[in-house]
Amino acid sequence: MIKMTNISKSFSGNQVLKDVQFSLEKGEIHALMGENGAGKSTMMKILTGIYSRDSGTIEVKGKEVEFTSPKQAEEAGIAVIHQELNILPHLSITDNLFLGKEETFGRSGILKTKAMREKTRQALAELGLNVDPSQPASTLSVGQQQIVEIAKALSANAEVIVMDEPTAALTDREIDTLFETVRGLQSKGVSFIYISHRMEEIFALCDRITILRDGQYVGDRNIKETSFEEIVQMMVGRELGERFPERNAQIGDVKLAVKGLSRKDCFEDVSFEIRKGEVLSIAGLMGAGRTEVAQSLFGYKKADSGTVVLDGREVKIDKPKTAKELGIGYVTEDRKSEGLIVDFTVEENVSMTNFSSISKNGLISKDKERSLYEGMVKRLGIRTSGPTQTAKSLSGGNQQKVVIAKWLGIEPELLILDEPTRGVDVGAKKEIYSIINELAERGVAILMISSELPEVIGMADRVIVMHEGKVTADLPKREMTQERIMHFATGGGKLAVENS
Amino acid sequence: MQLKTANQSIIQKIAPFIGLILIILIISILEPRFLATSNLLNVLRQVSMNALIAFGMTFVILTGGIDLSVGSILALTGAVTAGMMASGMDPILAMLIGLLLGAVLGAINGIIIAKGKVAPFIATLATMTIYRGLTLVYTEGRPISGLGDNMAFQMLGKGYFLGIPIPVVTMLISFAILYFILKKTTFGRRVFAVGGNEEASILSGINADRVKIYVYALVGLLAGLASLILTSRLNSAQPTAGEMFELDAIAAVVLGGTSLTGGRGWIVGTLIGALIIGVLNNGLNLIGVSSFFQQVVKGAVILLAVLLDRKKTA
Repeated sequence: MIKMTNISKSFSGNQVLKDVQFSLEKGEIHALMGENGAGKSTMMKILTGIYSRDSGTIEVKGKEVEFTSPKQAEEAGIAVIHQELNILPHLSITDNLFLGKEETFGRSGILKTKAMREKTRQALAELGLNVDPSQPASTLSVGQQQIVEIAKALSANAEVIVMDEPTAALTDREIDTLFETVRGLQSKGVSFIYISHRMEEIFALCDRITILRDGQYVGDRNIKETSFEEIVQMMVGRELGERFPERNAQIGDVKLAVKGLSRKDCFEDVSFEIRKGEVLSIAGLMGAGRTEVAQSLFGYKKADSGTVVLDGREVKIDKPKTAKELGIGYVTEDRKSEGLIVDFTVEENVSMTNFSSISKNGLISKDKERSLYEGMVKRLGIRTSGPTQTAKSLSGGNQQKVVIAKWLGIEPELLILDEPTRGVDVGAKKEIYSIINELAERGVAILMISSELPEVIGMADRVIVMHEGKVTADLPKREMTQERIMHFATGGGKLAVENS
Repeated sequence: MQLKTANQSIIQKIAPFIGLILIILIISILEPRFLATSNLLNVLRQVSMNALIAFGMTFVILTGGIDLSVGSILALTGAVTAGMMASGMDPILAMLIGLLLGAVLGAINGIIIAKGKVAPFIATLATMTIYRGLTLVYTEGRPISGLGDNMAFQMLGKGYFLGIPIPVVTMLISFAILYFILKKTTFGRRVFAVGGNEEASILSGINADRVKIYVYALVGLLAGLASLILTSRLNSAQPTAGEMFELDAIAAVVLGGTSLTGGRGWIVGTLIGALIIGVLNNGLNLIGVSSFFQQVVKGAVILLAVLLDRKKTA
């Protein structure tokens, strides 16, 4: 279907791809893997004509091609579904599907509304989505919006669909639906290029994996003939060892006790305790209210009722500033919109939470700022080209480390981490786990929200599970299994609690 | 990749300066009298008031806001100060109250925007009308004169220091202070942070509301300062003073390369932007371009600058 040979590309002298090859068969689901910065996105951007290549050839269906715009790639049957979906929320589903290729009566510009609506309904029904196509797209869940994107690709006669981290924002059920859809299309001869960090999913869905490392082709494997360990090793170029490093933390007194915390339409009657040196995880599906609990604890969005006791004293946290002064740090879920100022340098980002330690009478001490930055870079192994590199040009894993660095500067006693490893490659993941362990060993209480169950089980001392705003279980380490957590997360709570 | 963006930002920063040089070059070829020292000092003096307001506007725009009410603040503070002076109040005290009033009027804008969550454009569009209306009510639509001959007050607009007009000296000192604040203080950093990503700033424990209130108070204070200079120069306060000043100030900021979406920019660019506008005003007059056509040229230059800026960032 597609054959890319000896692709090389550099950006102003910096070689990002070197002699990379990639081939895709008809009806194949082919995963493209590699750490952040390995060159996956650049490779796809070259395929779809966003970037031009320096050398190498691309063949589509045996014919050499030279795309200079994504439009040409689309005409040749290659469609891309980006991680950030291209859905306009206020337009109807039909409008979204036909965006840019609306059907009109002749050249009058008058829309064939009825016909388009009917076609939309059919196209979506074929993919198992039965909705009213005249509704605004914002009424769909993220998973459903993704189906609309697929329908959009198919309506443009796509034979190859590139999906970039499609499951990052989906619930487990939605992931199942998506996979069914993808497999269904595969049986009709559609091919997929699937970019993801989630190893379990790739092994469940894909036929073949191509692995890139540092802009170079490492190899490709049939899924049936390879293993998790082999892939990881190919990606990082070394043995990673244990996925979750060991921790020797002394669990101490209660650091934080939350009682009956509620916020209308978000969460209800949430209670839990975290001790010093303990890693408590909040598990649950998207929209279960986990992030909202964290936001309330941090004073970003106030709770309506309930008490928060810190070190045995009741506290009122009504703004993030107060939380910070009480020694609470919050590594947010979405690092680009909430964690970083992407146009700021790495150094300036680290300084954001640490003005009190790097300034005197409102004057920033350049020396203190630099030494804070250098300390953090060393401590967390942040890979930057220097203090003046902008945050947006860092890889996902390094961006996440910068957000963590912001909060380590205040010497937090309680650190809230919301999806700390989302969109982060395996190597950086393990480094982040080590940082969490090191903090716990120093007696920092850790509250870690995570949707990745292996991560919850591998890292947490205790887990509370939330479902639709309520805590449905509080499990110690020995009682944690993926099945049990999933059971409570999907609302099977009551029965099981009575049983246990 | 990194190198490229660094180079780009340097070019972006130098571009307004090159533009200024080019305009000066063209004007002085067409009319050599432009380069006479007396004329150059004159240009600087004309620029000083717009520059002062534009410095403040830079802070506001860096936070992602805008202030349309600066001209009205200038008129109201000028009128009130003149009113107090005409009624015999100590001129120094009257001027201090005038500055304070400017800051308060600005802070009111800031409070409406930060606490009332009103879009800056709308909030200051409303207060622009309100402050102008209050000026007309206060002055009954007539100029206020008879301001006495206090030395400090008279010098503020008309005096010289080592041969340099005092308004220019005032502008340069203000520039140095504001440059320092933006570059070296936590407040300056917070201004950039709030404009760069307000949510991330708040989540980093920054009081974004307070930063906003301060920047609007600052631009109000600077409008107040400009009003004192203007009142001194004219020896009277005009109820229509400062009309369209907001547009010149915004134009100066934009010409200087500060992004209207906030978070990116620098105050040196604003100074250059204000100079470009001042040089154009003066130069076109000298060349003998009709005042009607001058507006067309000014607008075209602004448009051109912004279009070139787009090209570079794209």
